[in-house]
Amino acid sequence: MSDFTSSFWSFYIAVITLASIAGCAVLLASMSRGRVATDPDKTGHVWDGDLEEYNNPLPRWWMWLFYITIAFSVAYLWFYPGLGTWAGAWKWTSTGAYEQESAAAERDLAPMYDKFSKLSVEQLAADPQALAVGQRLFLNKCAQCHASDGGGSAGFPNLTDKDWLFGGDPASIEKTILDGRNGVMPPFGPALGEQGAKDVAHYVRSLSGLTADDLRVVRGKDLFARNCVACHGSDAHGNPALGAPNLTDKIWLFAGDEPTVIETVTKGRSSVMPAHRDSLGEARVHVLAGYVYSLSHPGGK
Amino acid sequence: MQQPGARGSAAVDVKPLVFHRAVAAESRTGAAGAPGPADEALYEIRRKIYPRAVTGWFARWRVTIVILTQLAFYGTAWLQWNGRQALLFDLAARKFYIFGLVFWPQDFIYLTALLVVSALSLFLFTAVAGRLWCGYACPQTVYTEIFMWIERRIEGDRTARMRLDKERGVRRLRLKAAKHALWIGLSLWTGFTFVGYFTPIRQLSAEVLALSLGPWESFWLLFYGFATYGNAGWMREQVCKYMCPYARFQSAMFDQDTLIVTYDRARGEPRGGRSRASDPRGLGLGDCVDCGICVQVCPTGIDIRDGLQYECIGCAACIDGCNQVMKKMNYAPGLIRYSTENALAKGWNARQMLARVLRPRVLVYSGVLALVIVAAGASLTARQPVKVDVIRDRAGLARQGEDGSVENVYRLQIMNASEQSLQVGIAVRGEHELRDLRIETPSTLEVAPTTTRPVPVRVAARPEEDESGAEHIEFVITAVPAGGSAEDAYVLHEKSSFYVPKRR
Repeated sequence: MSDFTSSFWSFYIAVITLASIAGCAVLLASMSRGRVATDPDKTGHVWDGDLEEYNNPLPRWWMWLFYITIAFSVAYLWFYPGLGTWAGAWKWTSTGAYEQESAAAERDLAPMYDKFSKLSVEQLAADPQALAVGQRLFLNKCAQCHASDGGGSAGFPNLTDKDWLFGGDPASIEKTILDGRNGVMPPFGPALGEQGAKDVAHYVRSLSGLTADDLRVVRGKDLFARNCVACHGSDAHGNPALGAPNLTDKIWLFAGDEPTVIETVTKGRSSVMPAHRDSLGEARVHVLAGYVYSLSHPGGK
Repeated sequence: MQQPGARGSAAVDVKPLVFHRAVAAESRTGAAGAPGPADEALYEIRRKIYPRAVTGWFARWRVTIVILTQLAFYGTAWLQWNGRQALLFDLAARKFYIFGLVFWPQDFIYLTALLVVSALSLFLFTAVAGRLWCGYACPQTVYTEIFMWIERRIEGDRTARMRLDKERGVRRLRLKAAKHALWIGLSLWTGFTFVGYFTPIRQLSAEVLALSLGPWESFWLLFYGFATYGNAGWMREQVCKYMCPYARFQSAMFDQDTLIVTYDRARGEPRGGRSRASDPRGLGLGDCVDCGICVQVCPTGIDIRDGLQYECIGCAACIDGCNQVMKKMNYAPGLIRYSTENALAKGWNARQMLARVLRPRVLVYSGVLALVIVAAGASLTARQPVKVDVIRDRAGLARQGEDGSVENVYRLQIMNASEQSLQVGIAVRGEHELRDLRIETPSTLEVAPTTTRPVPVRVAARPEEDESGAEHIEFVITAVPAGGSAEDAYVLHEKSSFYVPKRR
């Protein structure tokens, strides 16, 4: 409980606090019995020769309010933490209060998420209420990388097209969000050398119909067959089980210009989609999957 | 501090800005003889005040204002507008419905304007005629007035109530029980009405009847009810004397030309009893018959003849009371009246006195007040019930599209503060020519009444190869209310920027 190594500071604070309260009580008790000489009604205090102070007595019930504040502070210090390291009789903590409020909010939202849990991802993608909830979740949790429109950016996949690294069926999308993904392309610079990497890059660009040097394409095709087909496949259509992209569809996770492709081949890439099972929970991820699915399948179709 | 108007001195000495507690105390203790040193506690036990009922011009005004304010308070909650409560402060949804208007937290400035108008009005009214607010319109006065009316109906007027408080027995118990039952009933109704401005009152009444009030609704209903019962039933003048900050700082707005409830000392003194037939001048007496009515009717228990005191809430009950006596005595009314310090000192007539109302202080207050009211009114008239915030995506400034185009993504937060659904169209235009500047996401949509809708917008352009940097662009949002034509559309222009990265 205590962050201090010695209990001295706990006692120090507790003693000062209690002594202050006791001091207030003593002062109050003496003042409530105190009387002042009045002439008439003045306290007899004079400043600057002629500035006198009237005695404007407070009502007696006001004094009782002061006693109530003393009783209140003692009760407060008994029930709540405030006296050094004393945790209070009710063991109140801000963490506990937060958890209580979160649990209450979850209870309020449970019926809505229960309803959504009974729907399929395709059905959610056609449900306006689920889409509105999903959009807010997406804007809060996903838009930082995938952009507000889901269009992604360099290194972060576009979610609005039909090209999927790890599969675009509802179950795969849900699994991607729940457990995250690791997309790793190892560096081939050492194995291919500078010219070899450039040859492979030209071959890969040619698969998408981009400008490429014919000679390099021929050499690159050979190198590709020996180094790259294990993941990207002999037809270069990729492998969703590994997250290896399709290289023939003009869609580039990083850019498709020659320097970027050479960089990808040479240095490799390592992309991470974090898991959201713990932070969002399955019910929310289900709704979110519905929204993501709707980006490429408007109306759930 | 100057020792204010000691007894017998001329009225000229009365300085309104000085609090005359000493004199009040003197009249309390000094009756026994020469004031001498005594000793006094620092806390005193409240002496209960039994104000006597009074009728007259000012009392009628107060009753009128009590009725009007309470009709407004108890009644407005039940008015309907557009199929919902006309005046409703929905704190949970942060939407504030005031007849045809729906205010959002973004409109907070109007609350500021309202508070500025209230403060300036208080300055103005106080400068002109003292504590008008306290005497006629303050809820403390209004509810005390209602509670005292109930009290009088059950226990009788001042003397009857004083007798009853000395009584022991069943009659006293019965009357007190009846009074408190009525007070508590009225208080609970007041608390209920108050909460009814935050939870729709029709729904609230159903909840009350079904005993299914929420914890906060119950708390505020009981709390506000308790505050009404406690303040108007028990605390009364003590709220004004000990608790209210306005009571104290209003005196800072008084000056020598402020109309205040004043006893005409020159005319009244020396006071004394006499028969109606006798000639007071012959007896060496002033017009004050020392009947004490002005003290008996005072809700704060002071003697106005001691001069202006901080306890005086300006209710003018003593004016009504004194005028009745003056009439019986066949004397001219107005021994106690609204007058100013200058008027008393210089013997001005009413016209001369009222001419001083148009003095610089009052004119400045009025001018500033009028300015704020006009500005707030104009702003309210020009207010559009549609707001748009443009939020650029920050993580990725720009991305490459196909065939050399560049895409930027924005989030448009479209807020519909009206009670109709809006057909919204989004267009974009550049300050400079950006080739093919266009919106690629759907650019027409519907925004439901009193909701906010986040709209991701993808803007694309095909800039020249050598172009790069941030370009100023502008979103043009056209919102047509449901069933309206293009002429009813609200048009908003929101600036943002379009970022073009350097090409490699």
